[in-house]
Amino acid sequence: MNARFEYLLRLGDDALILGQQLGLWTGHGPVLEEDIALTNIGLDQVGQARAWLTLAGKAEGAGRDEDKLAYFRDQSGFRNALLCERPNGHFGDTIVRQFLFDAYAVCLHAALSGSSDAEMAAIARKSAKESAYHLRHSRAWMVRLGDGTEESHTKVQQSLNDLLPYAGDLFHSDAVTEQAAGEGWGADPAAFRPAWDTAVDEMCAEACLTRPESVPEQVGGREGRHTEQLSFLLAEMQVLPRTYPDAQW
Amino acid sequence: MPILQPPNLSIVEKQHWPLWEIFIRSRQGLSHRHVGSLHAADAEMAVENARDVYTRRQEGASIWVVPASAITASSPDEKEVLFDPADDKVYRHPTFYDLPDEVKNM
Repeated sequence: MNARFEYLLRLGDDALILGQQLGLWTGHGPVLEEDIALTNIGLDQVGQARAWLTLAGKAEGAGRDEDKLAYFRDQSGFRNALLCERPNGHFGDTIVRQFLFDAYAVCLHAALSGSSDAEMAAIARKSAKESAYHLRHSRAWMVRLGDGTEESHTKVQQSLNDLLPYAGDLFHSDAVTEQAAGEGWGADPAAFRPAWDTAVDEMCAEACLTRPESVPEQVGGREGRHTEQLSFLLAEMQVLPRTYPDAQW
Repeated sequence: MPILQPPNLSIVEKQHWPLWEIFIRSRQGLSHRHVGSLHAADAEMAVENARDVYTRRQEGASIWVVPASAITASSPDEKEVLFDPADDKVYRHPTFYDLPDEVKNM
């Protein structure tokens, strides 16, 4: 197994799938300003995905570039965490999914900024500024919705209950993360799970939300076992390059 | 940052977010310039929205947001009274003497 390739796919696929989902909000945001904000964040994610997948292609050494990896892998070849493929749902669902991911991404990018691999460290340092802003945005919305009206509180509490079980996949540790952390070029997400837990707890306290106790965690994304939602998403994302290979603008 | 509520929300503003005027300073040393307006629930959100709407192409070094309701504008009807008296006072322009080349940007 090529641990470097596997690890970089995880980083790239998380960002790619989330970016694709946020792109679906374009033209459908609750207000124009938020429409632009979600689209900006989606574009940041796609930008990060391009960088990670390009590096993954190099690590694999089979001549696949970012586009080949994004558009010509099937569902079982994707390594994104299950959280990223949860459907957009309503605005509160999207915000909860984004908050849980952003809080993770901030920790991840901080850890990877010290990677022994210069290219990975450079991508992480650039991404860290973006994820810090993403977290600021999603966290502010968590507080507004959680501590807002009775309706917004009820809805976002339900979103949190629904999505928290899928966040466990972000912290999946296995031989890949062990080698990544052991050799110093990657990070074991288990190392920053306590920091993430604290961030979630602090947000809940400020947003008047209740964190569900001991949720059963859904895992499998890192090994290519996905929910059906991903296949719909991939069908839409991949249809054009698969119908017209090597299409140009 | 304290969350500032714009004063005296009308019924329309309670249903829709109030309007904010956005001022951006593009570089150190320049003044803030009005770039447009947007809707936001409060000042903090207005700053975030301004960042997303008006600084996507690296335009900004600093953002000011002002509730549109806090701006008092001159009336177009008063245009003649306010501005016409300056028409025949050309001596207020520094055009009656030669500026040395060393003085720039007058």
